[in-house]
Amino acid sequence: MQAEIAVLRFGLGAKPGDLTAASAEPRAWLLSQIKGPVPLAVNSLLAPSDQIFAGLMQARDERQKMKQVSATESPDAKVAFNAIREAYQPHYRAQVLARAQSAALTTRPFAERLVHFWSNHFAVSADKGVVYGLAGSLENEAIRPHVAGRFVDLLTAVEQHPAMIAFLDNQYSVGADSTAARFASRFASRSNSDDTGKPKRQFGINENLAREILELHTLGVNGGYNQADVTSFAQIITGWSIGGGKGRLAGGVPGRFYFRDNLHEPGPKAFLGKTYTEQGQRQGEAVLADLARRPETANFIATKLVRHFIADDPPPAAVDRVARAFLKSGGDLPQVYAALIESPESWDVNARKFKTPEDFVFSTLRALNVSPAQPEEVIRSFDLLGQRQYTPGSPAGWPDTSKSWDGSDALMHRVLWASRVGAKYESGVEPADLAAASLGGYARPETLSALRRAATSGQAVALLLMSPEFQRR
Amino acid sequence: MPRPSPTNSSRRRFLIGAGALAATATIPNALFAYTGGSSRLVVVILRGALDGLAAVPPYGDPDYAGLHRELAIAAPGRPDGALALNNTFGLHPSLSFLHERFAAGELVVFDAVASPYRDRSHFDGQNVLENGLAKPIGTADGWLNRALAALPRGGGRGGDRAVAISQNVPLILRGEAAVISKSPQATPDVDEDLLARLADLYSKDDWFSARLSDAVQTEKMADGAADVGGMGKQSAGAAYPNRVAAVARMASELMRSDGGPEIAAIEASGWDTHANQGGAKGILATRLAGLDQGLKSLADGLGPLWPQTAVLVVTEFGRTAAVNGTRGTDHGTGGCAFLVGGAVRGGQVIADWPSLRRTALLDNRDLKPTLDLRSVFKAVLDEHMHVAAKSIAKRVFPDSSGARPLQGLIRA
Repeated sequence: MQAEIAVLRFGLGAKPGDLTAASAEPRAWLLSQIKGPVPLAVNSLLAPSDQIFAGLMQARDERQKMKQVSATESPDAKVAFNAIREAYQPHYRAQVLARAQSAALTTRPFAERLVHFWSNHFAVSADKGVVYGLAGSLENEAIRPHVAGRFVDLLTAVEQHPAMIAFLDNQYSVGADSTAARFASRFASRSNSDDTGKPKRQFGINENLAREILELHTLGVNGGYNQADVTSFAQIITGWSIGGGKGRLAGGVPGRFYFRDNLHEPGPKAFLGKTYTEQGQRQGEAVLADLARRPETANFIATKLVRHFIADDPPPAAVDRVARAFLKSGGDLPQVYAALIESPESWDVNARKFKTPEDFVFSTLRALNVSPAQPEEVIRSFDLLGQRQYTPGSPAGWPDTSKSWDGSDALMHRVLWASRVGAKYESGVEPADLAAASLGGYARPETLSALRRAATSGQAVALLLMSPEFQRR
Repeated sequence: MPRPSPTNSSRRRFLIGAGALAATATIPNALFAYTGGSSRLVVVILRGALDGLAAVPPYGDPDYAGLHRELAIAAPGRPDGALALNNTFGLHPSLSFLHERFAAGELVVFDAVASPYRDRSHFDGQNVLENGLAKPIGTADGWLNRALAALPRGGGRGGDRAVAISQNVPLILRGEAAVISKSPQATPDVDEDLLARLADLYSKDDWFSARLSDAVQTEKMADGAADVGGMGKQSAGAAYPNRVAAVARMASELMRSDGGPEIAAIEASGWDTHANQGGAKGILATRLAGLDQGLKSLADGLGPLWPQTAVLVVTEFGRTAAVNGTRGTDHGTGGCAFLVGGAVRGGQVIADWPSLRRTALLDNRDLKPTLDLRSVFKAVLDEHMHVAAKSIAKRVFPDSSGARPLQGLIRA
């Protein structure tokens, strides 16, 4: 069953021929995939994030002009919402389609699963307006190049990507002693409000990004930091922002990471018992480099990898082995993945994971050897199954245990989806061949018998997709 | 206030006992809608940490306006002012339905309240809120599921007694006691032949067969409920533009259906307002209006069950007393909670107010909690759901001896 484990659990499910290709040397089949960057497997001509972001800025400017022309007619919030939709929706749809096509077609499904793993580890959520068109950019621009590189490079690329900066509100986080804050206070009147009667904005930090980097991206919640460390780290990364904008926020290339020196809290700062000297943008980068080397980070990342690839309750021996490889290699990710593959726990035939909707959809595409042509097909599927792409809702990402996905209502939605897929791909599929190519040795006799007795070949496809063995990986 | 009478459930037992079960198909479902018997409980979890100082503005505290600045809600009577509760506290102007319930004696407002969790991680905070322990790890089940297992027996009621209004079951309801899930998203009828074949295919796999039979039963219940509500199945959910309202309506329909659940858990997200939170208007105000509409939909939908219903509205923690640098608030500690319903002895604000003076803040930043949320949970389980005190103390909230149950939250 080693080929099945490699292809079904470590990969994204079997396309016809995958099990045969992996059967000679399943470990080598996996290891060969984790060399170099992992670009999308399809040529989708996606726009880069700076262009997407500039489009939003332009749509907002036009909205402002419209507002001035017809101040009485324009319902504000609706127009703002429309600006986001208009500027972002085509990009979101293109990104979601490309992601599904890549999952369906890639010849490096283990590397592609790792892209998805890191994208979920460094989660942003497209249900926040400003992130909607950029979530896929983060995955494609910050994660794909570094999946098989060093963790510190992956970490730095992600935390400096405009989608992450915007999702966790760091672009306007301002040091209280920064140039901008001191300049503003020099001209401040005694009054607490400006001439329109609105209270004046107080300059200060926003600790959202700093906290989540520590809690969710590196050390983990029990990683030994306290509130003072969070506050200090937030001060260290003041100025990590996005280019473009006006007035105090002028400067930089619109939509690209930009360090705003005038928002940065100056001076040396203490963090986790060490003092970091003032070096502008590099002060924060020095912290990231240290975080990427800490044993707490190694342990946290190892635990999440083992939970994702082996079992909901990660076997401690496997976690130890992966964490040691992380520390010993200085966070060299191919060596970390190799330790995972070399763990005997990885090859336990009974350690099966219940598929998430994402796993279910992608493995279905591969089993049927089809690739979606239209974004609607993908978007509707994930709406129905409860995992709209890039919208985990929280920076913790989608949950990675079966308990979060195994509700009775969720199962009914899967049945409904499977029956629609069966109807659509009814012709030209021989169910027994499909079972053999997609499940190999995991196909149970009772499933094969149910497929033979099915009323139509569409019903057979639905039964196969809903069989317990297909629902697990 | 009308109290639940046993007559309806005994009538139902009689009909079933008389072999009238087969006749149910021809009798309109409304006649059978289960309206009596036991108490109903809905728990609404607000994920992301609601700013209690915006939802329940302590306008009478002299430090409030200075700390919360442009996010503060003005005193009642001022433009965009709070809806008055008493001389110190009000409700956010978006919470008009809750304010009506307060006036009607059906809402208790808790302030300066928190779970035992004292760090500021959403995810650990939600774990503590839902697992009922003093720490985020240590059990894989939720306190509401443990309470479910300890409920007094239902009078002749079959089926699962709790529902999660989502595709999957949140931690608060996970555990040994069987629980169904049902999202407001309609599932057009699935081919019955396929379902029968799947049941057969799952016969050797307990895990799948239990879920499939729950799903089929829940679908039937929802079909019946939609008939009671006069709505076609396909349109259920779609009729509500606001997500919380759609979810609340689904909860009420299931709870009103024959043999429907007594307990429901609902989730609403979007409360993590780090930037541009807004005051009387804005992002948070819109969310609160959605919550308020959702609670109204729940009350309307429950209709005759409302007098025997209590709805708990809780969040993982509060937010910073002071505005942050991006016109929002960061993760805090003490916050607010609501208990609303026809069964609730309302019209009270329960707050041992520590004040917002700098020296009174926790860690120089957060409202200091003076009440353990578990004291509220325990009171509801005891007074409303009639769970034995010993089970509450030992089984449902095992490490909570410091959190004594409040009293007098539910009408006698």
